[in-house]
Amino acid sequence: MIPPAFAYHRPASVSEATALLADLGEDARPLAGGHSLIPMMKLRLASPEHLVDLAGIATLKGISPDGSDIVIGAMTTQHELIASDLLAAKTPILRETALLIADPQVRYMGTVGGNVANGDPGNDLPAVMMCLGATYHVTGRNGERRIPARQFYRSAYVTALAPDEILTAVRIPVPPAGHGAAYEKLKRKVGDYATAAAAVVLTLNGDRIGTCSIGLTNVADTPLWAEEAGKIIAGSSLDGATVKRAIAAAEAITSPAADARGPVEYRTKMAGVMLARALTRAREHAR
Amino acid sequence: MAKTHITLKVNGKNVEALVEPRTLLIHFLREELNLTGPHIGCETSHCGACTVDLDGKSVKSCTLFAVQANGANIITIEGMANADGTLHVLQEAFREMHGLQCGFCTPGMITRAHRLLQENGNPSEEEIRLGISGNLCRCTGYQNIVKAIQYAAAKLNGVPFQEAAE
Repeated sequence: MIPPAFAYHRPASVSEATALLADLGEDARPLAGGHSLIPMMKLRLASPEHLVDLAGIATLKGISPDGSDIVIGAMTTQHELIASDLLAAKTPILRETALLIADPQVRYMGTVGGNVANGDPGNDLPAVMMCLGATYHVTGRNGERRIPARQFYRSAYVTALAPDEILTAVRIPVPPAGHGAAYEKLKRKVGDYATAAAAVVLTLNGDRIGTCSIGLTNVADTPLWAEEAGKIIAGSSLDGATVKRAIAAAEAITSPAADARGPVEYRTKMAGVMLARALTRAREHAR
Repeated sequence: MAKTHITLKVNGKNVEALVEPRTLLIHFLREELNLTGPHIGCETSHCGACTVDLDGKSVKSCTLFAVQANGANIITIEGMANADGTLHVLQEAFREMHGLQCGFCTPGMITRAHRLLQENGNPSEEEIRLGISGNLCRCTGYQNIVKAIQYAAAKLNGVPFQEAAE
């Protein structure tokens, strides 16, 4: 399968990249790791006339602490997420999630920015970013703006990004020390998108749950932040009745597609099962 | 469409070429450089038969444009043997442990296993299985591939290879 012809651009700076995207208009697409875009081009689901490769922009790489946040450059690969000691210590849910994305080869190329900006509801990082309360740094011809992950996703492949904008970094508020987190993903095989997946970040207040944030993957046409379900868990002792109510609240906001991963009812129930498992495991990790 | 000039290193040799931007790295390697070791299997970034080493990363060369490899250092299965022509320890291991049957997945398996052992010189069985989870084999059931990688790791670490009890 040979992708359709295109002109290749390799800017050296963000301003050069956004100027190119603005000038070339909707016939241009940014190229990050390419592991969503190139397969789509082979299948003629995408036929951009221009590709603007972001790999030559050094400022888009790297993971660094910034006050009480961690900032991850958009072109940081999933492999680099897994290898980061800083993330392993401060936000282990990112390493755990990245290990469930595709396979090792894909993770050497696949980027954080591509995964969160593409708007594919099957991608794993968006729900985790919503769960963590991350903010996306976005730059276009009119300068930079910051968009909360929870307000970024509109529908499948439709996001708050304008065509001349690129996502340059993800800013993550570091959860309190002693927090517990887990990402539970049901998939049919290595490399598959989730049948359903749930991300949980919680803190303890004595022997009860303090705060709780929940994200859901691939059970709607966008990733979901299950705000109500999180509120139900907060302040509880994670007793069976409360968990049951939270699961019902999470299931209520899903609207999965029926596909080879199963019918709507099954995928909805699996979102609940993944949530229950993630809650249990996050509680175990919390101190 | 205008061609792009690229320079890269493949198996230790400097290569210069003019490529169409849409040329995939696997097609460039096979058709321009005549390196037919990396195979075209699924062409959908699943099977790993096209795996090559690029700047210390295992990549699926069917999901990368040759222009993206501009300036890169690439190793294919053709570059794995020792300088004196003897087999690389992983090649020897796959032969000794019967880590292949039809051989189609082998170039990808060996280049991937090479990077895995560079990153983790003493992997557990589970780490090996996860490490090669992007490479499909339809013949062996993976058992002997895992064994071959364990054999190579032992040999590289200078310790005797001990087969796990069945």
